[in-house]
Amino acid sequence: MLLEVSGLDAFYGQNQALYGVGFSVDEGQVRTLLGANGAGKTTVLRAICGMVRVGGAVRFDGRQIAGWATEDVVRLGVAHVPEGRGTFLRLSVEENLQLGAMTRRDKTAIAADIEQVYANFPRLRERRSQQAGTLSGGEQQMLAVGRALMLRPRLLLLDEPSFGLAPLIVEELFAILRRINAETGVAMLIVEQNAALALELAEHAYLLETGRVVMDAPAAVVGADESIRRAYLGY
Amino acid sequence: MELLLQQVMAGLANGAIYACMALAVVMIYQAIDHLNFAQGEMAMFSTFIAWQLMAWGLPYWVAFMLAVVASFAAGVLIDRVLFRPVQKAPILSQVVAFIALFSILNSSAGQIWDYTVKSFPTPFGHKPMFGSTLIDTHEAAMIGVTLGMLALLYLFFRGTRLGLAMRAAAANPESARLVGIRVGWMTALGWGMAAAIGAVAGMLIAPIVFLEPNMMLGVLLYGFAGAVLGGLTSPAGAVAGGFAVGIIENLAGTFIPYVGRELKLTIALIVIVIVLMFRPTGMFGRRVVSRV
Amino acid sequence: MTSVRDEPVAVAAARPAAGTRWAPAMRHWVIAAAVAAALVLPLATSSFVTFQITEVIIYGLAILGLNLLTGFNGQFSLGHSAFYGIGAYTTAILMHNYDVAYYWTVPAAGGVCFVVGFLFGLPALRLQNLYLALATFALANAMPQILKFHALEGWTGGVQGLVVDQPDPPDFLSMLSGDQWLYYFTLAVALVLFAVAANLIRSRTGRAIMAIRDNPIAAAAMGINTSLYKTLTFGVSALFTGVAGALGALAVAFVAPDSFTIFLSISLLVGLVIGGVGSIPGCFIGGLFVLYVPNIANSVSTGLAGAIYGIILLLVIFVMPAGAAGFARLAAVRLGRLRRRDIA
Repeated sequence: MLLEVSGLDAFYGQNQALYGVGFSVDEGQVRTLLGANGAGKTTVLRAICGMVRVGGAVRFDGRQIAGWATEDVVRLGVAHVPEGRGTFLRLSVEENLQLGAMTRRDKTAIAADIEQVYANFPRLRERRSQQAGTLSGGEQQMLAVGRALMLRPRLLLLDEPSFGLAPLIVEELFAILRRINAETGVAMLIVEQNAALALELAEHAYLLETGRVVMDAPAAVVGADESIRRAYLGY
Repeated sequence: MELLLQQVMAGLANGAIYACMALAVVMIYQAIDHLNFAQGEMAMFSTFIAWQLMAWGLPYWVAFMLAVVASFAAGVLIDRVLFRPVQKAPILSQVVAFIALFSILNSSAGQIWDYTVKSFPTPFGHKPMFGSTLIDTHEAAMIGVTLGMLALLYLFFRGTRLGLAMRAAAANPESARLVGIRVGWMTALGWGMAAAIGAVAGMLIAPIVFLEPNMMLGVLLYGFAGAVLGGLTSPAGAVAGGFAVGIIENLAGTFIPYVGRELKLTIALIVIVIVLMFRPTGMFGRRVVSRV
Repeated sequence: MTSVRDEPVAVAAARPAAGTRWAPAMRHWVIAAAVAAALVLPLATSSFVTFQITEVIIYGLAILGLNLLTGFNGQFSLGHSAFYGIGAYTTAILMHNYDVAYYWTVPAAGGVCFVVGFLFGLPALRLQNLYLALATFALANAMPQILKFHALEGWTGGVQGLVVDQPDPPDFLSMLSGDQWLYYFTLAVALVLFAVAANLIRSRTGRAIMAIRDNPIAAAAMGINTSLYKTLTFGVSALFTGVAGALGALAVAFVAPDSFTIFLSISLLVGLVIGGVGSIPGCFIGGLFVLYVPNIANSVSTGLAGAIYGIILLLVIFVMPAGAAGFARLAAVRLGRLRRRDIA
């Protein structure tokens, strides 16, 4: 099992945000974390990456990584595209991508990967020397995903990739994500508010409510259940 | 007109001092997002160490090298011991930590080496340059070394992976961690480099202002002013700002009536403040648009 | 890490968490007790200690001025030594050259400093953080030089400064010594100003001032006239520190240019942080620190006084990064949790 989380608690200072959360993602799988605002979805991703104080077990490749520093988790092959994208606004597009590969040493492969990112996101190639802060929201999101892919991750964590993007761009992005998963076999854990789109891409879904997992089922089941959809997913 | 030109030249010579200091200031700012008020004292302390090594018989360049290396190490140490514990504290608390460092270094230097003024040698000599008495060989060398360091830094930051990593760590530490950069080490490296540059600055400045524990007080201020004037995002801007400050100070002293030695600093600062009011991010700084 | 770049950013955020403030009744008792103790103090201790506490109160008041501007309004100032100096010199000049009674000079000093502070606050609107620090530094640096300026020597007494007569107690209190009367006078002025500050902070104006510190854009969007509030705060802040300066002149009985250098500004800043940015009672702790710790350092080793001072400063900051007030808050929270656990 690539990622296995059980009994996960998370804290912001004195406030507890997650209560005994449990889920898993295996090699090549795409799974999604759904729920309303404030349910704790972002916290789950931050907990995996050592960005908040945690209790409980987080296992990557069988190794307990709860409490590890973010840099060390990343070096295991976990790429996190955070809320707000975390772009280096003052650096160029190309520099942002190079930074994604900071932990790698294979220069030729890195250059090839940059080309691959441009192939997946042609708009970025046009803007490669531009300051990242001048890109549009959609382009910055693509840059963020591209940077994450530069790590050649085994697990890709995406926090609300559709946030603030026009619907057409979002569809384009998700299509690219599907293709990348098919071609490279990278596992994905996607946190989304746009449940419809996420359920199309993922094969399994977890529903979070005020810090607890309240549903754990294949995506098709969640998508088909009208009462769930109305109660939790707003459609 | 000729007087103006002469004073500009003299200002440039002085300005080299401030430019060098400004470079160290911007260096640390890029690394840790703060101005280190103790930068001058660190440079002064490094210069004293070099002086001590020479007093013990070591030749100039050996002492120079050792002082630079020791300063680098000291910079890293100060980051770990002093800066790390207050990293998460409010900004003002960090400022106070810097003030404490200033106090410790200044007082210790005075205690170890006392306050009598000492002379510090220069390998470049004090002969007039270009046949003019306005700028001598040492001052010319200072300008040269400062520009040289600037060029090296530029190459380092733009051309190497490590330089890129440092820039990223300073710009956005959280994102830097998300690409696997060890932000703590990058900060320490920045401190070390700033300390080393400061050491070079101190050893270049000492032959002119003479070595004593308070030698860097005015210089640091002018260095800050130069860095701020140039816009804190740009090492080249800092150097330009440092030269500009030197020229402004000199012209103010020469051409504005009533301004004796005492008011030169104030006038220079006022000019800078006026510039900042019209260009709040400095001459070469870049505006950052923040989303609400 | 907060950035000090060209974005408008709060200089310090020191808001007490809800629920850690004492109940109002409790607070009033504590204040009453403190005031009672303060009233009795000079009668119970020596003249020297009374004088020292007078100085602590004066520093505390000066720090309160800085706190209003930096702690509550987020405008960084290294220039408060200038306001202190202006207040001190106002008193000295009025008494020395114009024979004004000492008690009138105090509000005069406040008024002068308010105007100067307000005027300085106008260009300060265009400067943020770092750049404001540099500008206020320039102000602080200029002050001694202006005071020594020969054209103004007729008023300022030049390098030698001016002597100030120590105030005599009024006839109906003639049993008090000069030091004791000075103490009570200072205490009275300080209490009034502290009450004013406390009320200001709790009022709508105070909330507006703090809103500007925390999020200037949102504050403006809510209709707060940020420019007006910022300049007014500058003026009021200068007023407080200026009054402290006036009281200081009366206490020391002497004013000279080199007493009002940048080092005073730095001391006030250190006192502010140690006491707790954004905390009114913290100002006194800051005052205590500013008065006593340099002396302690000096008595340990004269040569290394600065180094000892620096080390003490570091230790205090490591242990109490948010100042004494922050530490007290944290302790209250921890105690609260302990008590809850006992009950649960």
